[in-house]
Amino acid sequence: MSNPVVLITGALTGIGRATAIAFAKEGARLIVSGRKEAEGRVLEAELLGLGGEAEFVIADVRLEKDVSNLVERAVARFGRLDVAINNAGTEGKPGPVTGVSSEAYAAMFDTNVLGTLFGLKHELRVMQPQGSGSIVNISSTMGERGAANFSLYAGSKHAVEGITKSAALEGAAYRVRVNAVAPGPTETGMFDRLTGSVERKASFYAAVPLRRAGTPEEIADAITFVASDKARFITGQIIRVNGGKTAG
Amino acid sequence: MTNLTGKTAIVTGASRGIGRASALALAKAGAQVLVHYGLGAKEAEAVVAEIRATGGRADAIAVDLAASDGPHKLAKQAREILGGRLDILVANAGVARDATIEDLTVEDFDKLFAVNVRAPYFLVQQLLPFLHDGSSVVVISSLAARTVVGNLSAYASTKGADDTLVKYFAAALGPRGIRVNAVAPGAIETDMSSFVKTDAGRDFVLGMQALKRIGKPDDIADVVTFLASSGARWITGTTIHVDGGSKL
Repeated sequence: MSNPVVLITGALTGIGRATAIAFAKEGARLIVSGRKEAEGRVLEAELLGLGGEAEFVIADVRLEKDVSNLVERAVARFGRLDVAINNAGTEGKPGPVTGVSSEAYAAMFDTNVLGTLFGLKHELRVMQPQGSGSIVNISSTMGERGAANFSLYAGSKHAVEGITKSAALEGAAYRVRVNAVAPGPTETGMFDRLTGSVERKASFYAAVPLRRAGTPEEIADAITFVASDKARFITGQIIRVNGGKTAG
Repeated sequence: MTNLTGKTAIVTGASRGIGRASALALAKAGAQVLVHYGLGAKEAEAVVAEIRATGGRADAIAVDLAASDGPHKLAKQAREILGGRLDILVANAGVARDATIEDLTVEDFDKLFAVNVRAPYFLVQQLLPFLHDGSSVVVISSLAARTVVGNLSAYASTKGADDTLVKYFAAALGPRGIRVNAVAPGAIETDMSSFVKTDAGRDFVLGMQALKRIGKPDDIADVVTFLASSGARWITGTTIHVDGGSKL
């Protein structure tokens, strides 16, 4: 479909931002969200400059009323919702299982899991009666692997993958597809914070067959494909976009 | 994103079904296509004619990939036609055999592995001098590799082998910038899947699937074309399941 109505959470930085730009270049009508009003207005202006329609709506995906408001805004403005990218996520603070706290658990799972669930809930409530729609959640290599000191992050992304498959089974009856894209190491602020140094980054690159980290644009290209009609027979899948990292 | 102008491609088993659809889709995106076939000369020439009729470039090439030197012959002939550079290989040619464990013969087993596993392996090996940074290999696998669908034990094993090969090839060839992925179709309306033409077959397939429709060759071809394109430049070493959400 031309000019789909696309909702993207966590659109101010990294993969979310690159995805918003990719959709804008295709002429999509965008509702983008984040937690910072000033940055949001800057992004909105940039997206409008690329020729699409775009509106920034402030939202914290941990709050159900913020998420429902986002979806309502898309429908109020554009009359429909075709694509939703539940991208808002956090890497939290790494730490061993022996030091886990309920606060750290809540911080991680409220954003990565509950935020995704709230997104799915309100997006499906519009897309199912519509009889069409395509939702992409964001997982990670940590959605199928583990790493020392990353139990909460890995747990949250494993959860996203299970939720994706279950939601796909529900949405299918209404011709709504639900998939996830699982990036590997990608050059974003999150990756900078996780690695902390050029040397640590280099050790990540060495583990990737294509010998570097991905760019946010490369993840965005996979997301726009999965969301599109070209992927019409794909649902419930976790598409791994990681330069071959999980092959080896 | 899906612009393959100036690219060269080989599609094996391209006289019908998924191979034919892939050849046509790649040509439509601008690639010059070698349409390989085993026995379907008339059908292969029709694919070539269809590509040429819309201004594309294509040639048909007949090689028996069940023969141990088949891949070597195909690689040599391809080099003569395409010159020194290959951008896309779609290893699609395959045979299937529905047989119980009691009925499968040694000849059946050997032929399945020769065409479905040995041929793709040696095709990649023999084409390595022409594959280069940015090229893409797509191997056609099957849903059968990960879940039991009928009396396909030997066939399914060949496709499981292909899924594993893809990881190893991706890991080894990644540093050279060669991407290798698999596409695993579910039940697709082709000559190979005669069982979906029976009521029982259709019921079985639709019953295990979320989207509840029999796939079409174009459903697979669009994913193959994406994997061949620069939009998938960060995807390697993975199997993408294009099966309507089967056995999630």
